[in-house]
Amino acid sequence: MEKPFAITLDPGSSLANRTGSWRTSRPEYVDRLPPCNHACPAGENIQGWLYHAESGDYEAAWRELVKNNPLPAIMGRVCYHPCEGACNRGRLDESVAINAVERFLGDEAIRRGWRFAHGAPTSGRRVLVVGAGPSGLSAAYHLRTLGHAVEIHEAGPLAGGMMRFGIPQYRLPREVLDAEIARILDLGVKLVLNAKVDDLLETMRAGRFDAAFLAVGAHIAKRAYIPAGDSSRILDAVSVLRSMEGEDQPLLGRRVVVYGGGNTAIDVARTARRLGAEEAILVYRRTRERMPAHDFEVEEALQEGVMMKWLSTIRQADEGRIVVEKMRLDDKGFPQPTGEFETLEADSLVLALGQDVDLSLLQGVPDLEIRDGVVKVDSHLMTGYPGVFAGGDMVPSERTVTVAIGHGKKAARNIDAWLRGTARQLAPRHELASFDKLNTWYYSDAPKTVRPVLDILRRQSTFDEVVGGLDEGNALFEARRCLSCGNCFECDNCYGVCPDNAVIKLGPGKRFRFNYDYCKGCGICAAECPCGAIRMVAEQI
Amino acid sequence: MAFQPVKFYQTGTFTVGNRLLAPEERSVQADMARINSLNSGHRACQGCGEALGARYAIDAAMRSTGNRLIAANATGCLEVFSTPYPETSWQIPWIHSVFGNAAAVATGIAAALKVKGHAEVRVVAQGGDGGTTDIGFGCLSGMFERNDDVLYICYDNEAYMNTGVQRSSATPPGARTATTMAVGPQPGNCFGQGKDLPRIAMAHGIPYVATATVADLRDLEYKVARAMSFHGARYLHILVPCPVGWGHGSHETIRIARLARETGLFPVFEAEDGEVTGVSKIRKPVPVEEYLRPQKRFAHLFGRPPRIDIIAGLQEIADRNIRRYGLLDSTD
Ligand SMILES: Cc1cc2nc3c(=O)[nH]c(=O)nc-3n(C[C@H](O)[C@H](O)[C@H](O)COP(=O)(O)OP(=O)(O)OC[C@H]3O[C@@H](n4cnc5c(N)ncnc54)[C@H](O)[C@@H]3O)c2cc1C
Ligand SMILES: Cc1ncc(C[n+]2csc(CCOP(=O)(O)OP(=O)(O)O)c2C)c(N)n1
Ligand code: SF4
Ligand SMILES: [Mg+2]
Repeated sequence: MEKPFAITLDPGSSLANRTGSWRTSRPEYVDRLPPCNHACPAGENIQGWLYHAESGDYEAAWRELVKNNPLPAIMGRVCYHPCEGACNRGRLDESVAINAVERFLGDEAIRRGWRFAHGAPTSGRRVLVVGAGPSGLSAAYHLRTLGHAVEIHEAGPLAGGMMRFGIPQYRLPREVLDAEIARILDLGVKLVLNAKVDDLLETMRAGRFDAAFLAVGAHIAKRAYIPAGDSSRILDAVSVLRSMEGEDQPLLGRRVVVYGGGNTAIDVARTARRLGAEEAILVYRRTRERMPAHDFEVEEALQEGVMMKWLSTIRQADEGRIVVEKMRLDDKGFPQPTGEFETLEADSLVLALGQDVDLSLLQGVPDLEIRDGVVKVDSHLMTGYPGVFAGGDMVPSERTVTVAIGHGKKAARNIDAWLRGTARQLAPRHELASFDKLNTWYYSDAPKTVRPVLDILRRQSTFDEVVGGLDEGNALFEARRCLSCGNCFECDNCYGVCPDNAVIKLGPGKRFRFNYDYCKGCGICAAECPCGAIRMVAEQI
Repeated sequence: MAFQPVKFYQTGTFTVGNRLLAPEERSVQADMARINSLNSGHRACQGCGEALGARYAIDAAMRSTGNRLIAANATGCLEVFSTPYPETSWQIPWIHSVFGNAAAVATGIAAALKVKGHAEVRVVAQGGDGGTTDIGFGCLSGMFERNDDVLYICYDNEAYMNTGVQRSSATPPGARTATTMAVGPQPGNCFGQGKDLPRIAMAHGIPYVATATVADLRDLEYKVARAMSFHGARYLHILVPCPVGWGHGSHETIRIARLARETGLFPVFEAEDGEVTGVSKIRKPVPVEEYLRPQKRFAHLFGRPPRIDIIAGLQEIADRNIRRYGLLDSTD
């Protein structure tokens, strides 16, 4: 080519200049563990399902959710949502209403009749599940999905465990419970009702089961010694709540005293109000702050007219009246008697002092370790007897539906590995996507959506559901409040902010790739990534 | 009417892209097939705000003009880092002039296009703050006064970076540069001098004047598109932090630009025919100290004892901007 005066080289592109050689540290895409996922006892991938809900693809969201938890409509009502306590958005304005969106997805699935996909081909192995509470149901679902034949033996007349015979209908309508249980059974899980297992090893032998998962819960009410007259009416909370599911509603009278400070005590008191008790008084040894019941439940009970006597113990129960003694907290926070007494009028006294596990089915099973009334299990949830696993309320742990569901899943995966003669390989946990990893500038300001609540009159006279659900618009809004902590949500920030065009956009759903030929390692992408999905790593020089 | 952010959860238009927005609502920079007017391999320092701002602006201008754009470029970092002979990073018709005459060269190109009947081809001139507010100011003022059909873009990094961080008339008071050392009773650049070029441009009564920063892409793109909807002389002043000259981390470029805006030290607004028509409100107000502290050019203000008087003087400048442009009465 003929060149102009004084020009000796052909024009070239700066692409010849590989500025990547300047770099002393390099950006890398990472997936960090969102705090919600980290806090979920059922091991849900919350950020993962919210991601689909954000774009309005509720079915994809629900399918992502049920990979870990087959009972979202139930969880969206009764879970105590530790995820929301951990949610990073709580540090910005208010946590994402994860629980409300979960309920929306669960209800949507029921409304639209979504079913579970059938899982792995049948393995030919048989697993016995004892107890059709949340833990047993969860285990059955996962085991069936993994290809095993599953039979649940349930002592009661209906499946659900404490979700049916404990948690009242005003918190968990039975249509919802029935629909989610039916969907699990549809997978081909066999449920045998009114089939209490008395001798575990015999049942396993007779049914040719290769392994068993025990989830019998904790149903024996704890008692306290209270001197009582012959005609005093003393009941226990579990029986009262259980009889709510039967033909005859319990007779509690006009004035009901409930003894205890846990969630069960609150549920009984609220149930008593709905049954027509003019007075429902909760008596608890310690202060409100120390009640094991969740504060929102205490609040809801107070709104419904339940009265509370804190720092009080019951000393005597007679017909129509009980005597309480006032307590005071000592330096260590333990309640101590004061010698001051008070009399309360009461037609009945309901004890809600916790439950013990009925372990009679384990008689004759060798090598089991029972401590403090619960069965010891190893980190795979296996008991001392090989092939027998246990979870839920009957093992040492927090007693919630969510924990029970998580145990069911974990046990199922370990039983699967055990049956296949392998050890379960756990992927290494990702680093936590803590608040300091985020660049929150980029998120729109958006307060949490409040769920509708039933009017107070109906809350005192009916068993209609108290807390309402979100409509589609609200659920979408709420899902979009998620910060997607630690996981790329394709906001294009890295792709845009790079002064060197060293980020390659791969297209919807495919995220991005760094072009290390030109990346100078300035770190702007990592600093401006809203969700903390990029980290800078020193180059080996 | 300033740029209207979309309050579309979760990040609305705060981020470069958003998969929840309709395709026509997305930014130029989010486009997989964006032009990359300023291509990879340029020799700008790590984290250069000017390189970023130039690609943002010229890509947007390319989209507005259907890729019919010619750029003239004054000497300065942008010119030097993009075109070391015989390589170029520019993927558009681009001409280098000298330090002081980019506006005049662009005027000539626009006149030639008119004579040749290429009315659809548009012209931008671009330069640093030195080339704009100091040596090129005569040419620029003439271009404004004649209302030549050129968009002039100033990439303001508040000093002569290419030659080693000397003071320009856009250097802020108190800042240390190679020629305003941090010594003596009034360390750094002096107060009460310098030029507020966006306001000087407005005083020429030209069709469109706007300011922007690299911290708010959507606003910047909107302003380029808006500018391109006018004919005649237009002026866009973009704040582009320089990690080397300002002494902040290369990863902090956008954060620093954001703080400049949020403190009120750099007012972001637009004006038509000499009247302000829109301002970007401050979203999360912060004192100037938060902007000054991370920058080594202001380090002498935070020594022992700290120069509270100078910091207060800078805060006064920010407060005056906030009052003048009404930056605070946000309804967000
Ligand atoms: C009143 C009340 C309210 C509660 N509210 C909440 C709440 O809002 N949120 C929450 O997370 N948790 C709540 N809980 C706790 C929660 O219900 C339990 O932690 C959870 O149900 C435990 O699940 P599980 O599967 O281990 O046992 P369970 O739900 O108790 O189920 C065990 C099942 O095993 C059956 N069974 C027992 N023995 C045998 C046997 N030998 N053979 C065959 N079957 C047998 C039982 O009939 C039962 O169906 C509440 C508990 C109560 C009592
Ligand atoms: C007439 C003339 N004087 C001096 C120079 C040297 N020179 C080249 S670039 C530059 C400073 C550029 O500063 P600015 O316009 O702010 O751009 P920046 O490099 O900061 O982006 C100077 C002084 C020159 N090229 N021509
Ligand atoms: S000196 Fe500043 S303006 Fe120049 S290339 Fe480096 S970072 Fe960019
Ligand atoms: Mg400059």
